[in-house]
Amino acid sequence: MGVSINWLKEYIDIDWTAEELAHRLTMAGIAIEGVEEAGSDVIMELDLTPNRGDCLGMINLAREVSALNGCPLRIPQIKISENRENISDYIKVEIDAPDLCPRYTARLVKNVEVKPSPEWMQNVLLRSGIRPISNIVDVTNYVMLETNQPLHAFDYNLLSKEKKIVVRKAEYQENLVTLDEIERELDLDSLVITDGIKPVGLAGVMGGFNTEISNDTRDVLIESANFLSTNIRRTSKKQGLRSDSSVRFEKGVDPNGVIYAVNRAAQLMQELAGAEVVKGICDVYPGQKDPLIINLRPDRVNYLLGTELSYKQIKDYLERLKFNVKDRKGYLAVEIPTYRPDISMEVDLIEEVARLYGYNNVPDTLPLGINRGGLTDYQRFRDQIKEVMASYFYEVINYSFISPQLFDRIMLPPESSLRHVIRIANPLSEDQSVMRTVLLPGLLENVSRNMARRNLNLNFFEMGAVYYPSNDRLPDEKLKLGAVAAGRVELNWLRNQVPMDFYYLKGIIEILFRELGIREYTFEGWEGSGYHPGRTARIICQDQEIGIIGEVHPQVLDNFDIADKACAFELDVETMFMLKGQKIMMEQIARYPAVERDIAILLGQDVKASEAIEVIRASEPELLQDVVVFDIYTGEQVPDGYKSAAFRLTFQSMEQTLKEQDINSRVDNILSNLQQQIQARLR
Amino acid sequence: MLTKLSEIKTRAEKMLLEATSIEQLNDLRVKTLGRKGEMTLLLRSLKDLSPQEKAELGMAANNVKMQLEEMISRKTEELKQQEMEKRLIMEKIDVSLPGLPFMRGSKHPLTRVYEEIRDIFVGMGFNVAEGPEIELDYYNFEALNVPRDHPARDMQDTFYVDEEIVLRTHTSPVQVRTMEKLAPQVPVRIIVPGKVYRKDDDATHSPMFQQVEGLVLDNRITLADLKGTLMHFAREIFDADLKVRFRPSFFPFTEPSAEMDISCVICKGEGCRVCSHTGWLEILGAGMVNPRVLEYGGYDPEKVTGFAFGMGIERIAMLKYGINDLRLFFDNDRRFLKQF
Repeated sequence: MGVSINWLKEYIDIDWTAEELAHRLTMAGIAIEGVEEAGSDVIMELDLTPNRGDCLGMINLAREVSALNGCPLRIPQIKISENRENISDYIKVEIDAPDLCPRYTARLVKNVEVKPSPEWMQNVLLRSGIRPISNIVDVTNYVMLETNQPLHAFDYNLLSKEKKIVVRKAEYQENLVTLDEIERELDLDSLVITDGIKPVGLAGVMGGFNTEISNDTRDVLIESANFLSTNIRRTSKKQGLRSDSSVRFEKGVDPNGVIYAVNRAAQLMQELAGAEVVKGICDVYPGQKDPLIINLRPDRVNYLLGTELSYKQIKDYLERLKFNVKDRKGYLAVEIPTYRPDISMEVDLIEEVARLYGYNNVPDTLPLGINRGGLTDYQRFRDQIKEVMASYFYEVINYSFISPQLFDRIMLPPESSLRHVIRIANPLSEDQSVMRTVLLPGLLENVSRNMARRNLNLNFFEMGAVYYPSNDRLPDEKLKLGAVAAGRVELNWLRNQVPMDFYYLKGIIEILFRELGIREYTFEGWEGSGYHPGRTARIICQDQEIGIIGEVHPQVLDNFDIADKACAFELDVETMFMLKGQKIMMEQIARYPAVERDIAILLGQDVKASEAIEVIRASEPELLQDVVVFDIYTGEQVPDGYKSAAFRLTFQSMEQTLKEQDINSRVDNILSNLQQQIQARLR
Repeated sequence: MLTKLSEIKTRAEKMLLEATSIEQLNDLRVKTLGRKGEMTLLLRSLKDLSPQEKAELGMAANNVKMQLEEMISRKTEELKQQEMEKRLIMEKIDVSLPGLPFMRGSKHPLTRVYEEIRDIFVGMGFNVAEGPEIELDYYNFEALNVPRDHPARDMQDTFYVDEEIVLRTHTSPVQVRTMEKLAPQVPVRIIVPGKVYRKDDDATHSPMFQQVEGLVLDNRITLADLKGTLMHFAREIFDADLKVRFRPSFFPFTEPSAEMDISCVICKGEGCRVCSHTGWLEILGAGMVNPRVLEYGGYDPEKVTGFAFGMGIERIAMLKYGINDLRLFFDNDRRFLKQF
């Protein structure tokens, strides 16, 4: 909201420049977002915290300034000459919903001359962002800006003959055309102002079109009421209608301020529209609110702030705020004016003292005592994973909510448990409506989007939660490590552009597991949805599944508009944590030289390299140190149905230098076992 | 004999002078000093001479032999040196070419910044606490002194799963969970990192973002402690010369509440677009833990006080790296990710 400094100065003397004033207010918790010159005036843009709605009223804002600069507040005096009639002869007020309407007051002014308001008032309204309409309407808005009390003016003669105001909840299928000429269907929780027959206003939000002030209006009923903030908030939200009035009621308005406001309005209407003011105010006040008394212990102020303020200083700050402070034994009894509903506890008063003293005058210290800080094993473990992964992959962070259609795109079968999702009741869009149960679709979208931007060779990883419904009150959140790679290692002048395929990804897992101390795991062929059935494996360690690695199914790649091949893995972080750090026991290093022998065999197409290695190891448990596959080949010179495989065997003894014939006989033994057990053929 | 000796010497010296390779020198050595070399033959022929001649000539011949040996080895050394120098020149490479791309990845800038933030607080004795992202309304709002219909709920529009379950709108619920677990034990010094969600999506808001929250509880924690701790943090993460100020603010879960501003890291407080020409940047919210929240957590507010704070990791990262668009963090364009 914009605040005219010239107008503010009508309520208090200010010697500061606009910048200085803005700075002082900001540092006292009344944030000024900007200061802008407007002719001879300066407009401050107010950015209030939700607890200080009172400062939307100029008098309350001036009171804040007064607490800062010590100058006295000038509250306009009320001078009205009332006629001899009695308000009760004109209007009655009934409140049917006292819990939603703590107070309702009305005053009647007669024989007004409706015309444009004077220029000074129009200027004030314009600078505050309100369009001038007529002297009557402008007065209600002006007084609202001045006092923070929203007012409404009814054309008295358009009210029903009952001549009464009834405040009640809306009835079933009740409609009201509001001042903006929109017909609104009211819900049963909305509070309406009626004239005993029909609704004439949506309480606290906007008046009814049917009783609007016009050039023909003669007599005006001024409403100055108090409504329950939560109800106004709900109605305003439901109707999608925020007005200057509803904004104020939502933040809370002082029920004890209604009389001053209604009198001030009557006074101004008398001055500006020649109104004849009917004697008396119709005032129904079922929700009487009295000032709160809060005891403040000066010791506690210093205890909480870390300051050494004197009793007198503390009392002085509270009195500057116009709080009534009484000395008691060891504490102060502070009466909180009802326009400050944000203050309800001792700490609230401590904050008042602190903000007037100045937060920046409070010393800066570090907490005493020590605490053994640091990370848990699991937190360090996750760091370690990221550390390794970030050496080879770029980390991405994807939204946790995804489109349910992505499950189709990764070809999850309809019965897949991964389709059981947590659904967001009020998503931003269908595309972000379910919590992810799998990282793969997000990673594939990253690949797809990057490829569309001609970023071709891609390698991404993500560590983040997936969410499964559970029988507990809250869903299961499982931390997953996912990675995807497509294309080749970045182009480089050394020309070793290795393809980032299944084996590349598998190599990364091997490095990762080595780093984490996960040993003796196996890759077992597996046919999982979304992946190439012949190029996918489950990773098993100690009978537990750590995760899946595979080439993404060509159909899935198609579904994501990925023109290249892509491989991915997804591992469970907690399972890895349970399997990590298997104990290392050093093995003795042989002092005698190692001997290497290469063998080449033909294996049936479906025989796995790991099977051959198993046979080799089992044949020679004693001297064989290592087996490495160094070539796999199919094509020319290899019969159909076979592949050629070459292994390098390393023999070594702890006791002696090995003899030629000894090794030869052991290699022969290995070869014959390969022939017998897995039908290998020698080359 | 003597003439022959000096002939051999002169010839050898000449060859030595002309030699340009180690091979030539080896040849020379063999030809003169080798088993069938000229010198060896000469020495062998001494046996036919008289003892006196033998002694005289023998000495002279041995002298020549030693000289030649020394000259050859010196020349060999020289040539080796030259060859090494030649080789080193030949083997010169273009050091400006990039290295073998072993490492082809990086941490996300948000991870980097989080780790920096975390390390500063861990250095001050903080632990890291974590909690669920899908959270009970109770922990996300009620136990933080934000009842239903509280206007503060407008500040953070919420994603709901059902009436009682929300996507957490801040990491603060973990404060309450931690208090429930530890009460009445003190001291408590934790930070809480994690993803949070708000129903907002535009140039300056993302429906998912990351926060770090902090909580310190002890028998006497003061606003002064809050200021000192957070000032230290700000100067560590940005710049030791940074100016820091605190302004009163409002959060339902703290009282008194504060907002911390730092002098603009872009313009050093001169005023620029990033700081809206104020010279100041708002970077975190903080405050003394509201007594009601302490009670919800199981602490007696008369005996235990504390402070809490919270910041958006994105905001810190944007300021640190000069990132001007929040959406870049979740767009995951490799050209962006590569820069960190």
